[in-house]
Amino acid sequence: MDTVLEMRSITKQFPRVLANDQVDFDLRHGEIHALVGENGSGKSTLMNILYGLYQSDGGEIIVRGQKVDINEPRVAIDLKIGMVFQHFMLVEPLTVAENIVLGSELRKGPFLDTKRAIQEVEELSQKYGLRIDPKAKIADLSVGLQQRVEILKALYRGAEILILDEPTAVLTPQEVEDLFKVLRALRAQGTSIVFITHKIKEVLSLSDRVSVLRRGKKIGTKATSETNEQDLAEMMVGRVVLFNVEKKPAEPGEDVLYLDRLSVKDQFGQVKVKEVELGVRSGEVLGIAGVEGNGQSELVEAIAGLRKTAGGRVFLNGQDITDWSPLKIKEAGFGYVPEDRHRRGLVLDYSVADNLILGFHGKKPHVRGGVWRDDKAIEENAEKLIEEYDIRPPVASQPARSLSGGNQQKIVVGREFTQDPSLLICAQPTRGVDVGAIEFIHKQVIAQRDRGAAVLLVSAELDEILSLSDRIAVMYNGQIVSVMSREEVTEHKLGFLMLGGRLEDYRAGEVNGHAE
Amino acid sequence: MGDILALLFNTAVFGAALRMATPLIFAALGGIFSERSGVVNIALEGMMLMGAFTAMFVSHQTGMPWLGVLGAILAGLLVGLLHAVFCIHYRANQVVVGTAINIFAGGLTVFLLRYYFGAAGTSPSVATIPDITIPLISQIPWIGRIIGRQNPLVYLALIAVVVAHIVIYRTSWGLRLRAVGEHPRAADTVGVNVFRMRYLAVALSGALAGLGGTYLSIAHLSRFSEGMTAGRGFIALAAVIFGKWTPYGALGACLFFGYADALQMRLQDIGIPTQFMNMLPYVLTMVALAGFIGKSVGPKASGQPYIKG
Ligand SMILES: Nc1ncnc2c1ncn2[C@@H]1O[C@H](COP(=O)(O)OP(=O)(O)O)[C@@H](O)[C@H]1O
Ligand SMILES: [Mg+2]
Repeated sequence: MDTVLEMRSITKQFPRVLANDQVDFDLRHGEIHALVGENGSGKSTLMNILYGLYQSDGGEIIVRGQKVDINEPRVAIDLKIGMVFQHFMLVEPLTVAENIVLGSELRKGPFLDTKRAIQEVEELSQKYGLRIDPKAKIADLSVGLQQRVEILKALYRGAEILILDEPTAVLTPQEVEDLFKVLRALRAQGTSIVFITHKIKEVLSLSDRVSVLRRGKKIGTKATSETNEQDLAEMMVGRVVLFNVEKKPAEPGEDVLYLDRLSVKDQFGQVKVKEVELGVRSGEVLGIAGVEGNGQSELVEAIAGLRKTAGGRVFLNGQDITDWSPLKIKEAGFGYVPEDRHRRGLVLDYSVADNLILGFHGKKPHVRGGVWRDDKAIEENAEKLIEEYDIRPPVASQPARSLSGGNQQKIVVGREFTQDPSLLICAQPTRGVDVGAIEFIHKQVIAQRDRGAAVLLVSAELDEILSLSDRIAVMYNGQIVSVMSREEVTEHKLGFLMLGGRLEDYRAGEVNGHAE
Repeated sequence: MGDILALLFNTAVFGAALRMATPLIFAALGGIFSERSGVVNIALEGMMLMGAFTAMFVSHQTGMPWLGVLGAILAGLLVGLLHAVFCIHYRANQVVVGTAINIFAGGLTVFLLRYYFGAAGTSPSVATIPDITIPLISQIPWIGRIIGRQNPLVYLALIAVVVAHIVIYRTSWGLRLRAVGEHPRAADTVGVNVFRMRYLAVALSGALAGLGGTYLSIAHLSRFSEGMTAGRGFIALAAVIFGKWTPYGALGACLFFGYADALQMRLQDIGIPTQFMNMLPYVLTMVALAGFIGKSVGPKASGQPYIKG
């Protein structure tokens, strides 16, 4: 296979970090080349240099045998390089067709030839099997469809080299499957693809080759067939990574959280949680598995006091805490790792130190005399937690925004866990978090359990549920359809239940031998 | 009661409304272009003032009011470029720059007025652009009495609204303009030059505001007086928001504000204070911003300087 692209010894220095340190990278015609590495390892930087958004401080780029100088996106576009960004580059009030032609408009004199644009987009979407309505407004499309528009944008400009920056981060599992189909079809048609991710499973299922970056340096390139999960994780993190958390058997005690026929509505008045009855005992992890959108978020928010209940009661340590204010619930011994850390877990523009006291900012020792900040105590608290929870870089004064997803999550985890709450809810605790930090957070969750906390874990990642939980509840359509002990559960059985299957049917299928 | 109704639908009031609206329309269109590109332009007031002065000055020197129009456009354009350099190149706070330009324009015009004419307050009377009669339209009953005989700048303003609409929604330049004001990085990644688009848009904005000023000094009146824009730049800005950043919407708002203006003198006679009507544009803008009449949301990147890379 011919090499269509070569990047040699690319170096990029940002004010504080060396984002790329003499990185070599090459792409062959018609391959899917995965580019992996933990958050902040320099993947996006490398590809932004290729696309002309950043200028490298050293190194050279060779496209189809020609040395090129890509100093702006226009040049990359002319070289038939297309990029789908992690944060979509779509203008929301404009239509699909307008977004696709923007910058390369079809014209009649000075006027837009909208009719032809729509027609060409239709043809393009048919050719590649990417169905889309060219007249739809971007703002009205789902994330999956928006990504489709991004891919079409690149193809419309004749891209033969397609870069996708963490395209699966925002997609549901079903959308990920669809995307993979599209990418495989594109590869079959001769498109060369760079696929950025930090999810190892995706690498193994999709790519032909894989390159690993760590802290700005290229660690290696391998044929995907010659590597495996453990090997890749080690290359990414730089040490052996444990995928299965080691833990002792649980020693559960009394119910710490008890939900008595709890119902919750969403903001549109739709009943999202229907009379859920559930107990979580001290010293155990109860995992809630389920496809997202089946009421898990509403359930958790109702317990946390962030959403009014529509019926039923919530008990914490025997005390009725239904519809208490979030602060009061917190003070009653509740720790919470919210699913959206940016909206609910952190104030991104505040320093790491300030984020580490959020929710406890009005309490001693952070406040003196009921009013005054005690900067020294806040600083001490930060230093202690940064050390204990391995938050990197270890700078208390930095804004939380400047940290990687994994380290941001460690702030939330550290802040909540250090209070030793009797009930801990972790919602999607490792979403957008890299391998090394996942391992760390998992260990901490188990440590909390062993301390005697009742842990309610909500996750869309089956692996996470399976490896942490002592009991597993499946939520479907607002109801808990079954609660099983870890031993009773297989991945396959969970998948079946999560999609609305009934346990009786599953058992029947097992007996008859066609559960598959 | 009948009296009030007759007053509200009086053709003379409507005609006056159209005239009062004209400078607002030009400036509002300017505001639209600037904001659509992502640059907040509260300097409209100062740009109008510079336009008004320059129009008077050129007309005074040459005796040719149409040259004055040209001069005003140029003056507005230059002030627009000044605004652009600070906002786009130096990434200064756009509201602060706009305010500075307003103060600067206020001072400069007063200085120039006194320097050239030695007079405080107002300039001598200069040649103006005369009204014209549109042959067939002036024959139409009722309508004819409103728009049949007006100043050419009034007609020009109406035409400008249509042209602006076409430019923004039907041309590739307009598509890029909208993209740059909403999501400049997206535009950048498809090869659109964000800085050039913004410079052009802000310069155009200044030219239009300057043109709006022209109407005040050499069409509506025949002289320049200190601070004669009297907040019209801000009212135009209100019209931009009230009209949801669209030319037709802004036209509607300007006509409404113009109508209120025309009405106020007559309403005074029946006991409604002038101040009440003067308040109207601002109150309505707040109502629009608060989302009572459907939310008015501007271009997303408006006010944010673009930093490449
Ligand atoms: N525009 C920028 N200015 C300063 N630092 C940056 C910039 N972009 C990225 N970085 C830093 O460079 C490093 C690599 O970032 P990035 O390439 O985005 O990593 P990845 O895509 O692998 O997560 C990080 O430490 C990040 O903070
Ligand atoms: Mg990245």
